Amino acid sequence: MMGLPAETQGLFPVPQLEYQNLAPVLIVLVAALLGVLVEAFLPRAARFRAQLVVSFGGLLIALAALFFAGDADGIIAEGAIAWDGPARFLQGLILVLSVVAFLLFTDRKIDPGRDAFAPRVSAIPGSAEEQSLTEKLVQQTEVYPLALFSVSGMLLFPAANDLLMMFVALEVLSLPLYLLAGMARRRRLLSQEAALKYFLLGAYSSAFFLFGAAMIYGYANSLRFSEIAAATSSQSASEGLLLVGIGLISVGLLFKIGAAPFHEWTPDVYQGAPTVITAFMAATTKVAAFGALLRIFYVAFGPVREQWLPLISVISALTMVVGVIFALTQREMKRMLAYSSIAHAGFLLTGVVALSQKGVGAILFYLVAYGFATIGAFGIVTLVRDGAGEASDLSAWAGLGKRSPGVAALFSLFLLSMAGIPLTAGFPAKFAVFSAASASGASWLVIVGVIASAIAGFFYVRVIVLMFFTDPQDDSTTVAIPSLATAVSLAVCAGVTIVLGVLPQIGLEVADRASLFIR
Amino acid sequence: METITAASGTTSLTWLLIALPLAGAVILLGTGRVTNKWGHLLGVATIAGSFGVAVTLWLSLLAKPSEDRAVRQFLFTWLDLGRFKVDVALQLDQLSMAFVLLITGVGLLIHVYAVGYMKGDDGRRRFFGYLNLFVAAMLLLVLADSYVLLYVGWEGVGLASYLLIGYYQTRDTAGPAAKKAFVVNRVGDIGMSVAIMLMFAAFGTVTFQGVFEAAPGASSAMVNGIGFMLLLAACGKSAQFPLQSWLLDAMEGPTPVSALIHAATMVTAGVYLIARSNPIFDLAPTAQMAVIIVGLITLLAGGIIASAKDDIKKALAGSTMSAIGYMMLAVGLGPTGYVFAIAFLLAHGFFKAGLFLGAGSVMHGMNDQVNMRRFGGLRSVMAITTATFGLGYLAIIGIPPLAGYFTKDLIIESALARSPIIGGLAIIGAGLTAFYMSRIFFMTFIGKKRWTEDVHPHESPWSMTVPMLVLAIGSVASGYLLMRDYTLEKWLEPVTGFVEPETSLSHVVVTSITLTSVAVGIVAAILLYLRRDVPQVAPEKVSFLVVAARKDLFGDAFNEAVFMRPGQWLTRSLVWVDNRVIDGAVNGVAASLGGLSARARRIQTGYTRSYSLVMLSGALLVLVLLAIVGR
Repeated sequence: MMGLPAETQGLFPVPQLEYQNLAPVLIVLVAALLGVLVEAFLPRAARFRAQLVVSFGGLLIALAALFFAGDADGIIAEGAIAWDGPARFLQGLILVLSVVAFLLFTDRKIDPGRDAFAPRVSAIPGSAEEQSLTEKLVQQTEVYPLALFSVSGMLLFPAANDLLMMFVALEVLSLPLYLLAGMARRRRLLSQEAALKYFLLGAYSSAFFLFGAAMIYGYANSLRFSEIAAATSSQSASEGLLLVGIGLISVGLLFKIGAAPFHEWTPDVYQGAPTVITAFMAATTKVAAFGALLRIFYVAFGPVREQWLPLISVISALTMVVGVIFALTQREMKRMLAYSSIAHAGFLLTGVVALSQKGVGAILFYLVAYGFATIGAFGIVTLVRDGAGEASDLSAWAGLGKRSPGVAALFSLFLLSMAGIPLTAGFPAKFAVFSAASASGASWLVIVGVIASAIAGFFYVRVIVLMFFTDPQDDSTTVAIPSLATAVSLAVCAGVTIVLGVLPQIGLEVADRASLFIR
Repeated sequence: METITAASGTTSLTWLLIALPLAGAVILLGTGRVTNKWGHLLGVATIAGSFGVAVTLWLSLLAKPSEDRAVRQFLFTWLDLGRFKVDVALQLDQLSMAFVLLITGVGLLIHVYAVGYMKGDDGRRRFFGYLNLFVAAMLLLVLADSYVLLYVGWEGVGLASYLLIGYYQTRDTAGPAAKKAFVVNRVGDIGMSVAIMLMFAAFGTVTFQGVFEAAPGASSAMVNGIGFMLLLAACGKSAQFPLQSWLLDAMEGPTPVSALIHAATMVTAGVYLIARSNPIFDLAPTAQMAVIIVGLITLLAGGIIASAKDDIKKALAGSTMSAIGYMMLAVGLGPTGYVFAIAFLLAHGFFKAGLFLGAGSVMHGMNDQVNMRRFGGLRSVMAITTATFGLGYLAIIGIPPLAGYFTKDLIIESALARSPIIGGLAIIGAGLTAFYMSRIFFMTFIGKKRWTEDVHPHESPWSMTVPMLVLAIGSVASGYLLMRDYTLEKWLEPVTGFVEPETSLSHVVVTSITLTSVAVGIVAAILLYLRRDVPQVAPEKVSFLVVAARKDLFGDAFNEAVFMRPGQWLTRSLVWVDNRVIDGAVNGVAASLGGLSARARRIQTGYTRSYSLVMLSGALLVLVLLAIVGR
């Protein structure tokens, strides 16, 4: 290879990168790559410890780097990335939630086969190969680097300041999740089916996003958010391109947050994926995707709000209603929680409709409350088991309050927070998004939201009633004793849920201060 | 209206009152077996500390001029969402100070007593944790500066009492009793939350100060509405008609709990709520009349129930209902009654706690038996208990110069000033009180021994008798000390106001009428329970009134008819509607949602191809919507 010809020098400038601000993303990426090396070169016995060091080290150093990165707002990385309050807040939240979820990954006490993942994902379910691997207690540790790659994409997603960067982040966060969803140790066919479904539908939605981005480029002649915004306010020609672009990009993003009618993958995937993975992705993906959604609608499409506000309002109402109505008749705990998370996407969207700084602050707070309650709830689901693994049917939870009052009380706490009962974090969160939406004149949406919350209260409380006031049907359900890591993770989730419920003002102020997007 | 200043100097210690017992509860309930050995002592120590702080605060308030005593201590902003702002702040004024002294003082004695009573119980640490939690919640209730914070304490008290009533998990009756208390209290809580919503809708604030300043400007329908809702709340917590039924069942907890729940704390919360809300009730004469009627019904019903119970704790519970009825009656009378209600409440705190502890002491000596028909003649073996119980007995029926005389007579006097009918019923109530209390005293301590063969009654240890002695001193002296030279009137006047009741009858005449009624009650009890032998088994052939009283005046039947049956009918009809919906007819919200959900589930086929079709339709919908809006 020869060097570049002299005349092209200067035409291809070296990009200027603010490494200090990019450090959290880069550190997580490096940790992920180190994880791959660990998988490749270390003997199997040593991998688990090494992966723990790499993952938790990477996440915690990234958190520290974020803390010291400074809070001077600015557009960095040649305009591809925004460094502002929401980006920093969400990156921090994603890192903390990841640490809490990773703690659940490490549990090797709950399942008799030790961890929650298939010993070899490529082994055919039910084959002799799989059986011998299970008998030999073979453990795989590929989840850690995969999840780290996903985290790096999530960190980038809410900070992306142009459509291309956003698409790259979207793919980086999604691809590992498709794989992770198929790694369950128990009910492997269900898990593989979930993975394939998630992949196919995810690819489908990415295509929508990409196609929309092309339309927008055709319209604005740029992919940068600020320039799209400038184009929308200056020219009125070829409005059609803009509208189609907004619509198709919305489809891609609404798919990720699980809004109706793009939600149908959610229950299947949440049910099939290993529960600890479900906990991880239900919390962090929603955080990252809402960050991206907010940025694109507030920054790029802010000037043409009249065009898309009715659309998002309708989607929000539809999502709330679909989420709670479908959750009513679920007999399976993970599916019920999946529909509950769909309903939460609807509640969060009311904050988007508010289109105010108060609304952004409210959403940020809501994401904190939702994230911890979700990881906590799925964490508890891993503990309640019968002979075939996790006890999935609701009836298995009957009478749990008598046998394990502590676990039942903790689960009730998370459910009450999701239902938005005062003195849990869910109440101020819901109150904040609804009051922001009603302050912006979206009263009808708030009314729908309150009615949906009331219906939602029913299926949350039903589980509590089931646990505390119903006699167990048989004795096949057991509650596993978790490892210290799982216990710590659950304790953190419970702590945040209670503290933000009793003293919400602390969280609301921090979220409020972080609620200004840079344009 | 008095001015409220920010807390400073000594008064900035106010938060410690709540923080100490709360910390105790957290440590005792959170640490597990580590603290089993000395946990109960920690429980006593936190209440002692709280009592010390209360006395210090009281002295510092005494040193100030009476208009400047109220202080507010801002702790933090709980929630600030534009129009809706809730601060967590404490308000210490003369009214809350009186309650704080009662709660911490009597609470301390009960804690000390419980050390002896609960000796040898495996769950003693847990029990003391609940007790501490209860005291902390009750203090929050009386120190809150807004209805929302009061509500937090209100619920905390409810939770703690639920835990305490259900403490003996192994007893079959404890669980249902705890549930009953819980459910009935929720009915009252509906009143509380509706009242808070009304206040926020009408005045835009829920602090005491804000509500009371804005109340005169509100419509009379609004203040009466708020008044009725507050009354409903008070009825639930204070076991007033028609929400009285839980109290008798709540006797399942260990005795010190009964004492604490009854005498000092939980049941007085309703009286506190109405006394605290006096500016609202003074504007709402209809609601005030309702308070009087509820009070009168309860004071008579409680007396009748207490007269027929053979279980000593249940008889005393009936007596508590009746006494709280007097207090409700008094707060219903407005500015002529508030001070007397609080005076009776404080004095009642002493003698009723003393009576319950005495009953506990008797049970302690009698193998936990409660049937008074198998007691009798206990004075020969339990001298101290007999003496302290006897003083409490004389105090509650209003024998001069004990506490009941000074305080209850004043309520009767101001009732007479309002109307002869109200006063007359209150005097009949006094006679009833004398009858059932004499009955309890005679059946337990005097007369022949009717003991079962296996009991060996003995006096209780000093940790139980000392609190009883202290309370007995209070039963004797508190009335005179409170009412001498208008002491309490002057103290409370800035908060509740005070108007001297004007009667056509002189004080001496009223007192003689009342004492005559009391004498009739005592004589009736002597004739029935001293002159005649008390049968060891309750007689079957009795009048309808006795049957009714034994069944708590059909309180449970009332609940069944008013709450349970309609509830069951509602659920049954919903099920019917539900069935109809599935058959094709459309009606009933709950049912149609369920049906909708069951049908909608069919969209979720599980096939990726149909999912992508739905997504594609969704995308088309999005584009169509945008196109319509874009036009």
